[in-house]
Amino acid sequence: MTFLDPLINGLSLGSLYALIAVGYTVVYGIVQLINFAHGEIFMVGAFGALSTWIVLGQASANLSWWMLPLMLVGGMVVGVTVAVLMERFAYRPLRHAPRLAPLITAIGISVFLQEFVRLFYGAIPGFPDAKAAVVFPQIEFFTGPAIEFGGAVIQRATFFTLGALAVSWAFLWFFVNKTKIGRAMLATSQDPDTARLMGIDVNRIITIAFAVGAALAAIAGTAHGLRYGNIDFKMGFLAGLKAFTAAVLGGIGNINGAVVGGLVLGVVESLATVYVPGQFGGAAWKDVWAFVLLIIVLVFRPQGIMGAKVVDRA
Amino acid sequence: MSTAVLHPETDGHAVGREVMLRADKVTMKFGGLTAVDSVDMTVHNGEIVGLIGPNGAGKTTFFNCLTGMYLPTSGQVTFNGSVLPPKPREVVKAGMARTFQNIRLFPNMTALENVMVGRYCRTSSGAFTSIIHGPKYRAEEIATRERAAELLDFVGLGGEGGHLARNMPYGNQRRLEIARALATDPKLLLLDEPTAGMNPQETKDAEELIFRIRDTGLAIVVIEHDMKFIFNLCDRVLCLVRGKVLIEGTAGEVQSDPRVIEAYIGSPKTKENPDA
Repeated sequence: MTFLDPLINGLSLGSLYALIAVGYTVVYGIVQLINFAHGEIFMVGAFGALSTWIVLGQASANLSWWMLPLMLVGGMVVGVTVAVLMERFAYRPLRHAPRLAPLITAIGISVFLQEFVRLFYGAIPGFPDAKAAVVFPQIEFFTGPAIEFGGAVIQRATFFTLGALAVSWAFLWFFVNKTKIGRAMLATSQDPDTARLMGIDVNRIITIAFAVGAALAAIAGTAHGLRYGNIDFKMGFLAGLKAFTAAVLGGIGNINGAVVGGLVLGVVESLATVYVPGQFGGAAWKDVWAFVLLIIVLVFRPQGIMGAKVVDRA
Repeated sequence: MSTAVLHPETDGHAVGREVMLRADKVTMKFGGLTAVDSVDMTVHNGEIVGLIGPNGAGKTTFFNCLTGMYLPTSGQVTFNGSVLPPKPREVVKAGMARTFQNIRLFPNMTALENVMVGRYCRTSSGAFTSIIHGPKYRAEEIATRERAAELLDFVGLGGEGGHLARNMPYGNQRRLEIARALATDPKLLLLDEPTAGMNPQETKDAEELIFRIRDTGLAIVVIEHDMKFIFNLCDRVLCLVRGKVLIEGTAGEVQSDPRVIEAYIGSPKTKENPDA
């Protein structure tokens, strides 16, 4: 094994973290709320993609490449719907409540969504039981034999994950910096009261922030399914926690920071698994290294790698 | 004349002018403190009204009530004949804009972007059209950019559009805030201490700018502590003390009223008033 393999593996893992982390950071940048139920959106998005395949492709065992865009859209629709409803009915009534209230609410939403999927997914006619891991359709074009490239072996899912991150990042940059709504988002994040005085509907901007984060999380959920071959109702917990770590690592509130933080976290995790010798080495310790990294950053650079420069309050 | 409350209808400046803003017994209480105590104010088209009073008199709180940032405890605000809902978004759409005593720009956006945000309430394309950059959105965006550049020129910041707001000199930040307020196409502009912290030359420039704004047909209400500035500028002046209107009149009347002087610097020690 060369140095490249764990590096590429880390980048692939890191792209998943980054896609989820952006959701934490965008919402935090605008309402200063850590949406700890965001990991569940990632899970729900994956199930949305799976459901789309079950409805459209399962009967004919269709695993053509063009099923994937349909699954992505399906996952995003489900993820965005759940996130928008969550914001509207769980967080908005608590907008001016003490910070602890939305935090507890987030835990409640997490448990609710996990149990809802666990208990009711299989109850839908034709859908598999979700009490344990569910097999995710392996779209051949994206999960077929690995590609050898300059001495490194690259899984096809890696290309998809990295590509999805690149496209999402570019889209997000365009959306925030080059559109009217993006400008309104930046203004709201810097001074919501004044933004209202410019005629900006702050509630709508918050809804859009939740929706954008959810769309990216749903892409990550689908990518996760392709990468690991199965999904389960509790996959959002650890992924959400890691992605939150990535967002803090990069500097919460900063979109570029979330992307960089996600990639760094993935690479560190992957390299540590391979290169840390002795009894602390190996895959069993990878989560430990991720959170050790978080602690180190919080001690020495609490504002995160990129500080808070893009989306923040001055 | 010193005790007379001027009836604007008979005031030389206001004859034949329509009432634009009418604040009716606006009261704002914070717990046991009455910050604004049934204040009446009328502003006519094209008028500059000054709002003076010592610190803590409730001037800024009154502005916050007018612009919907606070929900008044009682009283109502009528603008161009209809009652304003206490929502900043509706207020700005109705045609009222303001600046702040402690400048509140969007610090991490450029000057031009700050002004463009001000156009938000006058453009209609939503999230979807702005993502796909439809033709209507593109036309609107070009118009927004042009109007913003025009306004920067108007306040004397032409060519400064690319600077981040937080890096601009203080005086320019004040101008930029005015440009952003103007971008919302207001009919009435509320200025909260537009010359605070300015040197005499900057104050003179600000005065000249406010006159130019008035000449474009806007009515203006201005809070200021600089009396010379207020008396040069205003058609009518209200003096607010401890939340109440102490006196309303022309600049000259208010200036010479002993109660105004007393409110600011206290009364002189006399036999009748040995504690002062």
